[in-house]
Order: sequence, then C-alpha cells, then structure tokens
Amino acid sequence: MLEIRFHGRGGQGAVIATVMLAKAFFKVGYQVQSFPVFGVERRGAPVEAYIRADKKDIFIRTNVYTPDHVVVQDRTLLQSIDATRGLKQGGWILINSPEPPPDLRPFAGFKLAFIDANAIALRHQLGTRTQPIVNTSMIGAFARLFKTPHITAVAEAIREEVPVEAEANTDAAEDAYNEVQIVGMIEGRNVS
Amino acid sequence: MKQVLEGSQAVAEAVRLSRVTVISAYPITPQTHIVEYLSDYVADGTLKASFLKVESEHSALSSLVGAASCGVRTFTSSSSQGLALMHEILHWASGARLPIVMAEVNRALAPGWNIWADQLDSLAQRDTGWIQLYCEHSQEVLDTVFLAYRLAEAVSLPVMVIMDAFFLSHTYEPVDVPGQELVDRFLPAFEPKFQVDTDDPAAFSPLVTPNFYMEMRHNTAKAMEESIAQLAEIEENFSNIFGRYYGPVEPFLCDDAEIIMVTSGTMTGTSRQVIQELREKGEKVGLLKIKLFRPFPAEIIRKTLGSVKKVAIIDRNFSFGAGGIFAQEVRAAMCNLSDCPQIFGYIAGLGGRDVTTDLLEDIYWRTKKSEVPSGESIWMGLQEENHAVERS
Repeated sequence: MLEIRFHGRGGQGAVIATVMLAKAFFKVGYQVQSFPVFGVERRGAPVEAYIRADKKDIFIRTNVYTPDHVVVQDRTLLQSIDATRGLKQGGWILINSPEPPPDLRPFAGFKLAFIDANAIALRHQLGTRTQPIVNTSMIGAFARLFKTPHITAVAEAIREEVPVEAEANTDAAEDAYNEVQIVGMIEGRNVS
Repeated sequence: MKQVLEGSQAVAEAVRLSRVTVISAYPITPQTHIVEYLSDYVADGTLKASFLKVESEHSALSSLVGAASCGVRTFTSSSSQGLALMHEILHWASGARLPIVMAEVNRALAPGWNIWADQLDSLAQRDTGWIQLYCEHSQEVLDTVFLAYRLAEAVSLPVMVIMDAFFLSHTYEPVDVPGQELVDRFLPAFEPKFQVDTDDPAAFSPLVTPNFYMEMRHNTAKAMEESIAQLAEIEENFSNIFGRYYGPVEPFLCDDAEIIMVTSGTMTGTSRQVIQELREKGEKVGLLKIKLFRPFPAEIIRKTLGSVKKVAIIDRNFSFGAGGIFAQEVRAAMCNLSDCPQIFGYIAGLGGRDVTTDLLEDIYWRTKKSEVPSGESIWMGLQEENHAVERS
C-alpha cells in the first residue's frame, strides 16, 4: 500500500489535491482512500491531507503515520512543521519552491524534488500573486516522479474535480510535469 | 458505476435515489456536508424535494414529524449536540410510528467542544424507539440508506443510519452508486399505512390514558422485535438485486476462534486487517461486527460468542458510572448462558482519538494474557491526567 501526505495551508487546495490524485489512482486501477487531517478548517493555517492507494482492498481507517512520500505545497511551512515526520527512508519529498532548500541536512536519507508551482499557477492565472492555487501543479509534478498515475489520468481527474478553469489547471499540471527539478537522494545521514 | 466519493456524499446520493420528498435540517455545526450536497441537488432540480432550512435540530425533526404524518418520505441528518436537541422529538417520531430516516454522524458531545468521532451521541438515544444501524464504510452507508427506508416503512418505525465522523463522513473512497432503475426496483414509492387526509379526517396524537398506553408501547415493542426478521428478508431481496449483503452482525474468521473481538463502525475495518495479521501468526482470533444495535440482535450474538473462551469488546463511547455501552449490552445478552465466556470491555478512540492497528493488537494480547478482566472497563491509550476539578 502506498501512503502519501500533503502539507499545505488552509485555502491552498491541499485537500482537493489529494482528492484529485486519489481519483487519478482510481482511474488506473487502484483502490483509494483520501482524507484531510481531521480538524477545523482555517484559512492560512497548516493543513494536512492523505492518500492511500493499493491494488488490494483497503480496510485500515486510521490516520497516516509513516507515509511513503510527502508533498509540501508551501515552502514557508518547512520552518514551522516537521515535513519528514514519519517519512519512510528513501521516500520522496516534493516541495513547491523555485530552488532547492538552502539547508539539505533535514532531508538526508530521502529523495528530493522541487517545482516552482507558484510561477506556473501565475502563468495560468490560477489564484492571485499572494495566493496562487498550486494544487494542480503539485499533482502534475507528482505524476512525473512516480509515473503512476500517468499525467493523462491526473488531467482527467482535474477536469472532473475543477470543471471551472479546467484547461488552465490541466495546462498547469502538464507544465509542472515537464518542469519539476529532480535532485534525488540526499546523502549525509547514516541509514541504520 | 463506481466513483470516488466523500462519505457524506454517499449518503446524499442514496437519499436522492430514494426519491425523498421532504428534507429538513439545521445546516450549522455540528452538521456535516450531507445536507450541503442535498441542498445543491434540490436547488439544481436533481432531486425534486422540499428542503426546509430550519432554525434548530428540534425544529428539523418536528417538521419531519409533520411531513411524515402526511404520508411522504422524509430525511434529516444531525450529530452530537444537534441530536441531543432532537431528543424530545425522537420519542415523538417513534411513538407516532413514523418511518423517518436520519443519517447520524457520530460526533462527540461537549464539553469540551469536539466535532470528532464518538458514539455517545447516538447511543444516548438508544431508548427512543429508533432502529439503529452502525456502518463501516461508504458503500455500506449508501446501501444502508436504501435498507433503512424499506425497513422503516415495513415496520412503521424511524431508523438512524449511523457513521463515524471524519473516518467516514469526510473520507473519499470508491463507491458503487446504482442507477435509479435498480433502486426503484428495490425501493418502490412509499405507501403510507395512515396519513393526514382531508377526505378522510381522523384525530392524531390524542391523550392516551393508562387503559391504552401500555398496549401502545407493547405494539411498538413488537414492531421493534419484528424488524429483525424484516431486515433479514429485506436484505435478502437487496442482495439479489445488488449483490451485496451485510447482516445485522457479521462474524469474520470466527469459526475456530478462541478470542473474538467485537467492534462497530469504522474501527471494524482496521480490526479486519489486524486480525488477518494475527491469524497469519497463528493466533486463533476472530471478529464480530455489530451493525444492528436497536433492536439488539441478542440471539445471534449469543450464538456467535457463546462457545469462545474470551470476548474483547471495544467501545468508542462511555456511559459514566456503567461502562462501554456495547459491552453492557453484550454482557446482558450473554448472562444466562451456563458457560459464559470472560467478557473484556475496552474503551478507545473517544472524541476522535485514533484507534490504530497497534492499539487493537495491544487489546488482543492483553485479552489473551489475562485470565479475567482487570476491571469493568479498561481505558486504552490514556495519557497522564489530572483528576482534580479544582483550579490548581
């Protein structure tokens, strides 16, 4: 079973990102579960949402504690949350950022990728400069890293979930798919 | 067709397909997305129904008592404090023998303010004369709404379809939403046994003196009792059409089990995984899911649990001064057996705390290692606490 955690801020669409990605996984033959961290929704506050995907039926109904991969929709979160909490060794961490984090030490033992989703969102006029809507870019980049679900399934899921501005959102996902910067494994910690 | 839906939307889809005529709800916390979806369906004409947006849950159910008395299919949903506010009218709906269906999302009662999963809200209404069905996943929720209308209308009693907050209400997963034609085959239009009718005037809800009150109650008791056999029949019909079956309880890997864990709601799913893993390690453990809580299916529970050594009941609820409520009911059902198993009552997951695989495994090993329970209720996963009520 694959478990993925999304970090975002209230209003950025992290929950919808997991719903779209879950739908994309479902389209390519996976059983899925997606849910937000169960809390009270406030704009700007840190938000977490999860996906489970498996070829078999999913019975478990608990929070996700040891994700296989993590997606961070807002790099300012890195200062306030432990984005790699419980992340499995060798798991991917995908960050919305124009450049790699200055300090790579916290990511030792994990694989790193980044994507300037803010710029892509603005290019396609999704959201505003102070609040770009980056969720569709993030799942487009995700599709590149993991191959599954394929970008066409992701685009289909986007069209279903956001029928308004579907074109701009699928274009953003495809741009992110092409532009994601893959750093790869960060060395520097003894993996025991 | 299977689609990925939020649990709340699975309820709304089922209500739409049940061709409900009147929906009444108070739309503010602790309400969930269920009525949001339904108000959209009514507004865009997908569902031809009246949506009454009332000022309280007490009024939501009161207005449905009126609507159902006029012989139409009705729906509401609520949670925690909202359900508590309905309490008076819950009695009225069942006493008047109205087949109202409610989706009840299990949310903890305040204080402290908490909107997370906890079963005390619905279990505190166990004596109101409503049939109660606890669901494990979104497909079961959707299917149970159809079953609920058939059952309610067959025995003239209201039904609560009950689901955990968040773990079900806010979780997206694949759900098979049947076509209207298939649902119509299973659930024909409501034909009321009685209704307010100006062409056939009658008095409703008169004073009932001691000469009749007891018989009236006995009638309701009989309808409750009858609903076990009715549900079995209705489910058989349902499984013939839809190919799915749930049952009032579901034993899972119980055949040669020495210890059976008893659960309800979403922790059942997590328990299935834990029990399968324990089985792979050679442990003789099974699971009994209780879906039907009112009426309590005592006979079938006795049959399943009667021959095992130990039973571990996990309650996401607590009755102060008494214990976990499922545990109490199971104990009461078992007490006259000559060789009653040791019954362990565990309290877990109150106010939305996660019932994890580790915690469920811990419950199993504790039960296995103890000859007898260490107390009436064993609270799992407690942090250090301060019992003092004074300010320190």
